[in-house]
Amino acid sequence: MTELISPDVEQLLLDATTSRSRRFKNRLASVWMLGALLVAVVPLALVIGYVLFKGIGQLSVAWFTEDLPTITRKAGGGMGPAIVGTLLITLGAAVMAIPLGILGAIYLHEYGGKGRTARLIRFMADVMTGVPSIVMGLFVYTVWTLTFGLNGFGGSLALGCLMLPIIIRTTEEMLRLVPDELRQASYALGNRKWRTILTVVLPASFGGITSGVMIAIARAAGETAPLVFTIGAARNLNLNIFEGPMTALSVQIFGNAQTPFEAAQSRAWGAALTLVAIVFAMTILARYVSSRVARRHAA
Amino acid sequence: MTLLSHDDSVAPAGGGDALSLLEPTSGRRGDSAFKFVALVAGLVVLVILGLIAFSTTKEAWPAFKQEGLGFVTSSTWIPAEGKFGALAFIYGTVLSSLIALVLAVPVSLGIALYANEAAPRRLRKPVVYVMDLLAAIPSVVYGLWGIIVLAPAIQPVYKAISGAVGDIPVLGWFFNGDSGRSYMTAGIILAIMITPIITSLSREVIATVPSAQREAAYGMGATRWEMIRAAVLPWSRGGIVGSVMLGLGRAMGETIAVALVIGSQPQITTHLFEAGDSMAAVIVNQFGEASGIHRAALIGLGVVLFGVTIIVNVSARGIVSQFDRRSQGA
Repeated sequence: MTELISPDVEQLLLDATTSRSRRFKNRLASVWMLGALLVAVVPLALVIGYVLFKGIGQLSVAWFTEDLPTITRKAGGGMGPAIVGTLLITLGAAVMAIPLGILGAIYLHEYGGKGRTARLIRFMADVMTGVPSIVMGLFVYTVWTLTFGLNGFGGSLALGCLMLPIIIRTTEEMLRLVPDELRQASYALGNRKWRTILTVVLPASFGGITSGVMIAIARAAGETAPLVFTIGAARNLNLNIFEGPMTALSVQIFGNAQTPFEAAQSRAWGAALTLVAIVFAMTILARYVSSRVARRHAA
Repeated sequence: MTLLSHDDSVAPAGGGDALSLLEPTSGRRGDSAFKFVALVAGLVVLVILGLIAFSTTKEAWPAFKQEGLGFVTSSTWIPAEGKFGALAFIYGTVLSSLIALVLAVPVSLGIALYANEAAPRRLRKPVVYVMDLLAAIPSVVYGLWGIIVLAPAIQPVYKAISGAVGDIPVLGWFFNGDSGRSYMTAGIILAIMITPIITSLSREVIATVPSAQREAAYGMGATRWEMIRAAVLPWSRGGIVGSVMLGLGRAMGETIAVALVIGSQPQITTHLFEAGDSMAAVIVNQFGEASGIHRAALIGLGVVLFGVTIIVNVSARGIVSQFDRRSQGA
């Protein structure tokens, strides 16, 4: 944790006082730890590098505006409907999951505390984060798609189910960081508890909650499996998430990656670059928001 | 009403609801209504989990009824003949996840220890940052990279390895076959995907080791590695096991990346370089053209997957929370 002595001095002391085999083991462990980091960085660099270099050639105005081509093995057309689909479906999921998740977290921290109901909900939310996304897709297929057909809203429901437990748990962590003195000050001014929560506690933890919510949205935007069963396959722009099939970037990557055709594979790389750009932008923004908040708290 | 506006000016921060003091009942009603709404929002989690179990089991019931226990003990899966034995898929899920764990655990632990114990102070944040980015890349992108770049590139490597050790007993049982899309490739891709999860969870656990323990070990003249073995690892063992199991749960449920690189040929073999299939992968690959009892069987695979991941996750959480209690008590 804290570096009491400078690394050089530490090294000298080690050399002077420890046997060769102990030093060797220590060196070996250091190599392992640093090596592990390198092993993890290599695939990250490779994946990002490939996505960037293979995808960048696809981007053009037509890429963002035109419909998908009718013949996938030929070049041409754009990714417009998939980009719009990803954004709309994720937005629909966020609109449902964010208020529910924040309210649920408020119950857990402000009302439930260590009570039995709260403990059960907390545990189940943790369990729910582990439910595979494909199971969420099958679930929405059975309760929504079988009755209402393929549409974007089914995808929103599935993504919302994936986001909900993440938002609940991160928001609860953030509410925990709000000092009790703030609540007590609000009560002292005659505020009711609900008023205190809405006007004092939530604003105080706004940054942290926003960052958690954005991480959840970023994760949902990249999901594929739950969308395959629920949103269908559209080539044209569909702005109504309640009516008719849609498509999404992740679904397009999955479909095009499986074909042996050059043009389709390039389209998959282009879609991957677009999706990764969206997801990274949200993740980095979330980091920025939370680090700003942390700095404000420290000051 | 003048009273209200007066109060507003006195207590701008909270919105000044001192009026509620004069009307205790209405204020209390607002409070209990809000509490009720929050409780309902929290209960949604339980409702969804219950609904998942109920509605998927209901849709899968025809297949369960027809196959009985054979659904998980038979490995004959021929939709055209109405035979649905999922053993080969279960085997594939388990094998690819185990490969992923074997590859990911040493790497994740190494990074977690490096970030918490060994890295120079200014390198710690970037290490966490890199892990965050790895976690943020959507699984379908890993799958795309796996099928187009990794599988063709690694196929000659498999061929060379199985050529070299394929005839040697024991080694040859495992390191055999020459399919680019295989259990091994799926395991590698899964390992890349679960490394950031295991790393960040075990990093949190390692961070709870009291500095007094570290300093005590150093004070006895321990090297850094001896300190880690004597102070850090024993303290955080439970939490690390829990985070590894959460990684396992994640690996077993992963669909798209595995579907792209595992090869989609259900077979039970110890040869790691042969094509296989997994539960999640077969669901997503066959669902489009499935109907009737075939679809019920695929949903049934989802039910099995749900059950297995719930068990893994619940026991992982149990281990982690036990550990939490201990470290809070100490």
